[in-house]
Amino acid sequence: MSAKTETAPSAPQRMRPVVGHDNREWWDHINEGQLTIQKCKECGTLRHPPRPMCWKCQSLEAEHMPASGKGIVYSFVVIHKPVIPGYEYPLAVAVVELEEGTRIVSNVVGIEAGDVKIGMPVKVSIEAVDETLTLPLFRPAS
Amino acid sequence: MPTSIKDECAIVGIGQTEFSKFSGRSELQVTLECVEAAIADAGIERSDIDGMVTLSIDGSDEIAVMRGLGSQELKFFSRVPHGIGGAMSLVHQAVMAISSGMCKTVLGYRALNGCSGNQPKASAVGGPLSTDQVHWGWYNPYGFSDPTSWVAMFTQRYMHEYGATAESLAEIALTMRKHAVNNPNAMFYDKPITSEDYFNSPFIAEPLRFYDCCMEADGGAAFVITSTERAKDLPHAPAVVRGVAQGAAADQEVMTSFYRDSITHLPEYDLVAKQCYEQSGLSADDIDAAVLYDAFTSIVLYQLESFGFCKRGEAHDFVKGGTLGLDGRLPCNTNGGQLSEAHLQGINGITEAVRIIRGTSVNQPKKNDHVLATSGFGVPSSAMILGQSR
Amino acid sequence: MLTSIKDECAIVGIGMTEISKNSGRSELQLAAECVSAAIKDAGLKPHDIDGLTGFTLDHVDEIEVARTVGIPELKMMSRMPHGGGAPMSLVQQAVMAVSTGMCKAVVGYRAMNGRSGARYSEGVADGPETTDAISWGWYMPYGLLTPACWVAMHTQRYMHEYGATDEALAEIAVAQRDFASRNPNALFYGRPITMDDYYNAPYIVEPLKLYDCCIETDGGAAFVITSAERAKDLPHTPAMVRSAAQGAAFDQEVMTSFYRDCITTLPEYDLVAKQCYEQSGLGPDDLDAAIIYDAFTPIVLFQLESFGFCKHGEGHEWVKGGTLGPDGRLPTNTHGGLLSEGYIHGINGLAEGVRLIRGTSVNQPKKNIENVLVTSGASMPTSAIIIGK
Ligand SMILES: [Zn+2]
Repeated sequence: MSAKTETAPSAPQRMRPVVGHDNREWWDHINEGQLTIQKCKECGTLRHPPRPMCWKCQSLEAEHMPASGKGIVYSFVVIHKPVIPGYEYPLAVAVVELEEGTRIVSNVVGIEAGDVKIGMPVKVSIEAVDETLTLPLFRPAS
Repeated sequence: MPTSIKDECAIVGIGQTEFSKFSGRSELQVTLECVEAAIADAGIERSDIDGMVTLSIDGSDEIAVMRGLGSQELKFFSRVPHGIGGAMSLVHQAVMAISSGMCKTVLGYRALNGCSGNQPKASAVGGPLSTDQVHWGWYNPYGFSDPTSWVAMFTQRYMHEYGATAESLAEIALTMRKHAVNNPNAMFYDKPITSEDYFNSPFIAEPLRFYDCCMEADGGAAFVITSTERAKDLPHAPAVVRGVAQGAAADQEVMTSFYRDSITHLPEYDLVAKQCYEQSGLSADDIDAAVLYDAFTSIVLYQLESFGFCKRGEAHDFVKGGTLGLDGRLPCNTNGGQLSEAHLQGINGITEAVRIIRGTSVNQPKKNDHVLATSGFGVPSSAMILGQSR
Repeated sequence: MLTSIKDECAIVGIGMTEISKNSGRSELQLAAECVSAAIKDAGLKPHDIDGLTGFTLDHVDEIEVARTVGIPELKMMSRMPHGGGAPMSLVQQAVMAVSTGMCKAVVGYRAMNGRSGARYSEGVADGPETTDAISWGWYMPYGLLTPACWVAMHTQRYMHEYGATDEALAEIAVAQRDFASRNPNALFYGRPITMDDYYNAPYIVEPLKLYDCCIETDGGAAFVITSAERAKDLPHTPAMVRSAAQGAAFDQEVMTSFYRDCITTLPEYDLVAKQCYEQSGLGPDDLDAAIIYDAFTPIVLFQLESFGFCKHGEGHEWVKGGTLGPDGRLPTNTHGGLLSEGYIHGINGLAEGVRLIRGTSVNQPKKNIENVLVTSGASMPTSAIIIGK
């Protein structure tokens, strides 16, 4: 019996988010299936992307509050080129304005890229895009 | 203490290499070639240079340039951040250094094998965890990792809010190309395009088409700047710096400032414009020609509005009917711009602005008392106003 | 147009985090904390700041700092190259911006997880084809990879030419540690060393021993500069900037300027010293204390000579007998220096320089301190300032 194991050539994968001190908690919540928004414990200001200090009151204390995941497409693009391995084209990327008021960038999926519109209601869908990466994606809200 | 640097300094020399898809030599060599040309053009000695400034992303350290020039000493050197936003920041640094007495004559340069070389990618990974990497990490996983797509995001919203259409973008693309067709140093010299070409070209990132986007290039450009006093003794008509400013505004990101209330104007451009006009005592009405940073067509609209040539949301109408052409209200990018001369991250905007002041552009506008030159979009940015020597 | 920036501007605020071997937080947070502290120390608010300057080596962009601490807009941004050579260039940048009317108040900062994150002692690595990478390529294959190696090369020749011994180096190492042992913010607080400790320590790169080399640390430090006029209304005694200069000299490399006729002096320091004295109208006799960049003990000697405290080749004699101590001719690095307080790339030294002017150093010399020299790193394009009352 041969001990040799065949490894399938690995499929190209999406680029990874960069996770560090200031955003680890946010990504931990995503991996648990929850979209959150960073909130200043001192003055309540919401901020995204997460950062270590509140720009309103300079507090270093923050917490992550669950977001409803509902929002609208504030702007979007349909990317044709360049084609980067790991993604399917045409690729729709949107700035989504969450109902809590913060914005987030992600893909709009579950719809033809060409049918995405500004103002369209969308809802977060936290999905495993490959074996080791979970992302908050957005789908049209029915 | 001076309250404004108005008229303290002047650009007295410019130099550049050819612009191409493949320079076939090192970035340092390209740098040294354009630097030598700028020093010769200024009519000064290499040893007169006692300050140097370049972009933080430039691959050629000033000490490597020094060695190339045989320089004995430098009293001033610095780097300005944010790539495309930095072109006019080079002038800003030089003017501050000279007018505060730190040094007498500054060389600014930027050279890159932007097409053939290994350019640092925004999506760079590895190395220590910088805020820059963390920043890109919010966008890369979604395949949102290319300048065209970032600019398209702003553009989509602009078109939506103001009812702008691709016609305005086509107008800009065709005007720049028309200028480049006359410019032997342009990558698109003698290669005109038509409106049909524009509309038939494929989308890169909707709503931006192929001809809305600049092309990466190899090449370099440099300039020499000194006090206006000293400039009087040098061969060329000095291009006097009336105003020069940098700006970063609230909630500024690099290319992805999507979290502000409005993304259809860029407050960093407003801030830069305000300072340029305050320093110079001029207004948009005084500007006879412009070199606006145009890596993409749509970003010209944002700048026309911030610099006060028209009201917010109206630039897409303002540009129609040849406004930016040689006979229009504001001859713009007479070298062909980043779109059609070459994408040199805006540094070729400095050389062209100086040519317009000297009256030596291949597409020389009739009036040239004051020229505005701007830098990149969506990043902390910079701009300057050049004028005639009085 | 100004002919000199003398006394146009003042350092009005300083801020630092703790110095440690593991900060446990991001470099952005360290930067935000020390910048915020410096602004507060200056008696200003974030919206009073309109310029930010830092290191090309910093991993924290100024726009991230601005957003994080709540600075709404920036009218000047710049990065100073060459690591240890940069710190006083930040002061020069701020002075240029304020004295030409570009900005009202500028903050300079440096924050680094220099111990728990990327360490300089790990050496230089491959990168894209920049002149910098090519330069390192001449040394890396031979294992000449770290700052200690490069400095040792200059030091070996210095000792050979001038008959210097490691006694002079020991004097510096022990003096700095003595200061640090009384500085609660120093990594070596409460931990003095003896001459015996110095001599018994192992070699790192001959002729440099363990205590000739600075420690790598985590931490952040920042300062605020505004006009002399405005400084009058702020809470602290302003540290007036008498001069601020940069210098790069012929055949300059970064850490490896081995190709000059002489490698036992560094002409970039001579150039910076000349400008500092010209701008300020002062000379070495007017300087009451100094913050000398001391990532390694021998580079202190090079600087003492270039700044004219003694002749070239005599620094190793001059430092003996407590010259740099609290009661000596030139109390130097009263915080403990990079050697013993911590390595925040010289910005921590700037903060100590300001404390000496304010009279608030933990090792405040008994004599009146009118003018203080603060320098930057050796064997690279460098910079220095003179600050005063
Ligand atoms: Zn808060």
